[in-house]
Amino acid sequence: MTSPSIQVSLGDVAATLALVAVAVAVSFWRRADLEEDIGIAVVRSFIQLTAIGYVINFIFDQDSLWFVVALIAVMVVFGALQARARAKQVPGALGPLLLALALAAAATLGLVVALGVFKPEPRYLVPVGGMVVGNSMTAAAVALNRLGDEVTRHAREIEATLALGANSTLAAAPIVRRSLRSGMITLVDSTKTTGLVFFPGTMVGMLLAGADPTDAVRLQLILLYTLLGSVALAGLIAITLAYRNFFTPAHQLREQPEP
Amino acid sequence: MLFELKRVTIERDSKVVLQDVTASLPNGASCVAGPSGSGKSTLLRLLNRLTDPVSGTVRYENGDVRERDPLELRREVCLVPQLPALLEGTVEENIRFAAGLAGREPEVGRLLDLAGLDASFAARDSGKLSVGEQQRAMLARALALEPRVLLLDEPTSALDEGARGAVEATLLDLRRRVRISTVLVTHDLDQARRMADWVVRLEEGRVVGEGRVKEQLAV
Repeated sequence: MTSPSIQVSLGDVAATLALVAVAVAVSFWRRADLEEDIGIAVVRSFIQLTAIGYVINFIFDQDSLWFVVALIAVMVVFGALQARARAKQVPGALGPLLLALALAAAATLGLVVALGVFKPEPRYLVPVGGMVVGNSMTAAAVALNRLGDEVTRHAREIEATLALGANSTLAAAPIVRRSLRSGMITLVDSTKTTGLVFFPGTMVGMLLAGADPTDAVRLQLILLYTLLGSVALAGLIAITLAYRNFFTPAHQLREQPEP
Repeated sequence: MLFELKRVTIERDSKVVLQDVTASLPNGASCVAGPSGSGKSTLLRLLNRLTDPVSGTVRYENGDVRERDPLELRREVCLVPQLPALLEGTVEENIRFAAGLAGREPEVGRLLDLAGLDASFAARDSGKLSVGEQQRAMLARALALEPRVLLLDEPTSALDEGARGAVEATLLDLRRRVRISTVLVTHDLDQARRMADWVVRLEEGRVVGEGRVKEQLAV
């Protein structure tokens, strides 16, 4: 899976700011009030990606797995913090999110290495780890966000089930199922339509870099399937740990439904 | 006494819902009556530990409810809440779910009959029932646990007059057919007179009267 590297100059990057200008113009013209956000997004993405580019360069040079672990740990922490902001209704969401992202990353990367798909080297583990943590973060955030909504919306049904003597796990089962589903559905759907409606980033990157299309497609498939596993794990772990925080040990809803 | 509340105070969002409530509910048909927002539903939830007081004690059959396993207690003292509260699926699935919690094989036809529904309701989708039918399905589901006490939270508040009369008749008939005590929560004093022998009257989270309905609610 080697490909000739391509050279991208800062000038090339600057040229694409023309498209950013289009976005700003659209926002200004239709008063979407996103000009400032677009500006922040462009500056942040430039700084963050440039910085991470140097970090990755450094890690590749060191060729030590400890640096990979450290980088993924940092991603997990930032990912969990970011996801918690989307799951404000869920009490004590940070712990479940940290565990979900860490375990999903460890399990998926461990598995692809154990199966011999990727060598345990920084140049494979760093990009794959980044994708795994990123997608897991989105899935866990969406799942917990939905969980919070579901508990608020269905508090009466949940309490009605508790009132029959069901434990909190049983009472929460329907909302846990729906929340997990909503965390996973985006990736499942995009995997279904991949190649038809959109080309995924890895494949596009490899094709641009001059790789053989068959290789590009195979690598992309590996990543898509890996991501399906990690997203399922992250959603499952986050939800399984977080739903308990809505209940007391005596199987009562902490936030009682309005009378 | 079936239930005894002693100096119970409970708060919600740092607002007092029940203040220093001391009251008793005997076996048989009793009710908790008062205007909306008086704390009736909260009091009912204390009886099977769907909520706990900040201070004070709740006793059921001479024992503190906190000493009971909450899940076992709720199967024995079963609360039929306000709507909507059925699970997705058919009425029979709802009944079987409840019976399964108590480790029982339900007689679905008999339970539907007790709740005033004919056998054809077993296969009906719980999401497509009228409000009155849902109320009866919830009653059938609660009865599947074979509880000793039924806690009924405003069982007719969402019903029109005709359906209300029919549900009341079902509940009165049920008490004749099954040995069961009931605690009814209602804002309707006429309903309290029709349905209960004993009443605890609440206003703004405080007990303002307790005793036989004939004496407390004499017309």
